[in-house]
Amino acid sequence: MATVTLENLKKSFGKTEVIQGIDIDIADGEFVVIVGPSGCGKSTLLRMVAGLETATSGEVRIDGKRVNDVEPMDRDIAMVFQNYALYPHMSVFDNMAYGLKIQKVAKPEIAERVQTAAKLLQLEPYLQRKPRELSGGQRQRVAMGRAIVRKPAVFLFDEPLSNLDAKLRVQMRLEIKALQRELGVTSLYVTHDQVEAMTLADRMIVMNAGVADQIGAPLDVYADPATEFVAGFIGSPPTNFIDAALLDGERAGRIGIRPEHVRLAEQGRIEAVVVYAEALGAETLVHLRAGDGQQITVRQESGLAIPTEGQSCGLAWDSAQVMRFDEAGLRQR
Amino acid sequence: MEKRVTFKGRWLPLLLVLPQIAITAIFFFYPAGQAIWQSLFIPDPFGLSMRWVGLGNFEFLLSDPYYRASFVTTAVFSILVTLVSMGVALYLAVLADRLIKGSGTYRTLLIWPYAVAPAVAGVLWLFMFNTRVGVVTWYLGLLGYDWNHVLNEGEAMGLVVVASAWGRISYNFLFFLAGLQAIPKSVIEAAAIDGAHFWTRFRTIVFPLLSPTTFFLMVVNIIYAFFETFGVIHTITSGGPQQATTILVYKVYSDGFVGQDLGSSAAQSVILLLIVSVLTVVQFKYIERRVHY
Ligand SMILES: Nc1ncnc2c1ncn2[C@@H]1O[C@H](COP(=O)(O)OP(=O)(O)O)[C@@H](O)[C@H]1O
Ligand SMILES: [Mg+2]
Repeated sequence: MATVTLENLKKSFGKTEVIQGIDIDIADGEFVVIVGPSGCGKSTLLRMVAGLETATSGEVRIDGKRVNDVEPMDRDIAMVFQNYALYPHMSVFDNMAYGLKIQKVAKPEIAERVQTAAKLLQLEPYLQRKPRELSGGQRQRVAMGRAIVRKPAVFLFDEPLSNLDAKLRVQMRLEIKALQRELGVTSLYVTHDQVEAMTLADRMIVMNAGVADQIGAPLDVYADPATEFVAGFIGSPPTNFIDAALLDGERAGRIGIRPEHVRLAEQGRIEAVVVYAEALGAETLVHLRAGDGQQITVRQESGLAIPTEGQSCGLAWDSAQVMRFDEAGLRQR
Repeated sequence: MEKRVTFKGRWLPLLLVLPQIAITAIFFFYPAGQAIWQSLFIPDPFGLSMRWVGLGNFEFLLSDPYYRASFVTTAVFSILVTLVSMGVALYLAVLADRLIKGSGTYRTLLIWPYAVAPAVAGVLWLFMFNTRVGVVTWYLGLLGYDWNHVLNEGEAMGLVVVASAWGRISYNFLFFLAGLQAIPKSVIEAAAIDGAHFWTRFRTIVFPLLSPTTFFLMVVNIIYAFFETFGVIHTITSGGPQQATTILVYKVYSDGFVGQDLGSSAAQSVILLLIVSVLTVVQFKYIERRVHY
């Protein structure tokens, strides 16, 4: 059990600054998800915590102790990789026992700890198999098991579910969350999937090109995005953005309004043409094009009338739901 | 499904493989047949007549202490060449694998020796270790060591081993480097997080994952040491001193062409043929068995 603190953490590869100063205090047992588009520096950030990359400047502290110069093996962490990184020539048992054997844990205790983890992960029937004889979901579990048996202070996950199919991904997501609750181990989890982030996180770090645009609880971030990027990235379908000039003439910047906050109306604030409508059963997504070519999505209940394609509609919304952003993308309150 | 080209008729396919069959027949089956045939006779010293001796040549060979000694010499020589060339190659490959910049240059430089013909390599090493004018000999002399591979059997063996292994390092290096680079980086990182230091990682992860490459190279290198080192031995020691570097292939040459004992030489060729067959079977078995872990 441990806290993790990042203080003005930066990383450059050559001249490009990939991580531009991240600060966060992670509480003991907290599940923090780093989310952002591909290439924004999530893995690099996680690898600095693991000790697989050296920080260019700033500090990483685990349980209050500065670990910048500590080897990965001495940081008391465990990591689950995107490709699982199992040892292909070892059985499932040996994969999980590897770290314990190196730590010279007594044989009976190794057997017991591996058994316990295998039971927890429903891997008992497969302990003597090689990784290549397992399905993707089972390999994923072995990777988790390898992390669990060592009883580390911190779990690090780098997109552990992105190689699984959609259904398995949802299932494993729930299992990871339950497991983390049960074990109470401080966790840092990287993903590019905002749904995964929303469902797993106690708090999430929304990253945009090496900067943490916002750090907060998922629903807070959703309800109150700090930047235009966060408003656009979190939520599906994404927030609609309209040039402020189109609405009240002289203002610069853009306004954002979530699809569920827009209504089709006779008399709207702006006019738009229906491009197509997706009836999803519980709800309908109506995609429209505004006068300036801007795409706008309206999410409405399935009971409401579905407009035909090519029809012109008014769009209405509550002023209270509008989010204003300046030209730099920062939220204007 | 594999896509196969099929030919209609019988003659076209035959015609197409004919050149290969002809070459194999003329340069392999015919001499091999001749060797087997000749191994059953002893020709007179003028080559005018041949006397049938059945398996006499083989009986004589197998009870000949010099021939038996040559087996031991061959084994020692092959094992040393294989160990030295693979060991050095693996060491260099591990170093190159850790380099991020400049590994291309490093690689190119290391490939050069492979382009040097064995005989030329032999002459090169001979010059360096020449007992009178060799550079290395001179420096060893300064250090108080009297190098003389013409008289000292151990030194002669050492020199042919080093010269043979040297030309082989490049080839092994390339395979080892490719093997190392095929190991996912994250597997190594996972082991590092699991607490394994460099040497432990090498012993428990890297080396086992390299084993297919290692095994393949072992077979290839043994075959090389057996059959392709003639040029090196011929230029450096001519099998001496006291036959200390006379490996089986060299003995075929020296008994047949120098000693003019054609019957015995032919019988030795047949024995070599058997050894090659066994090695080839081993090699094929290995190639079929593609998955190793
Ligand atoms: N070892 C490296 N050398 C140079 N650039 C790198 C290296 N690792 C990552 N990068 C760059 O850093 C940026 C962030 O990478 P990464 O952290 O892997 O992103 P993410 O995990 O969010 O997809 C990318 O632009 C990537 O090209
Ligand atoms: Mg990544």
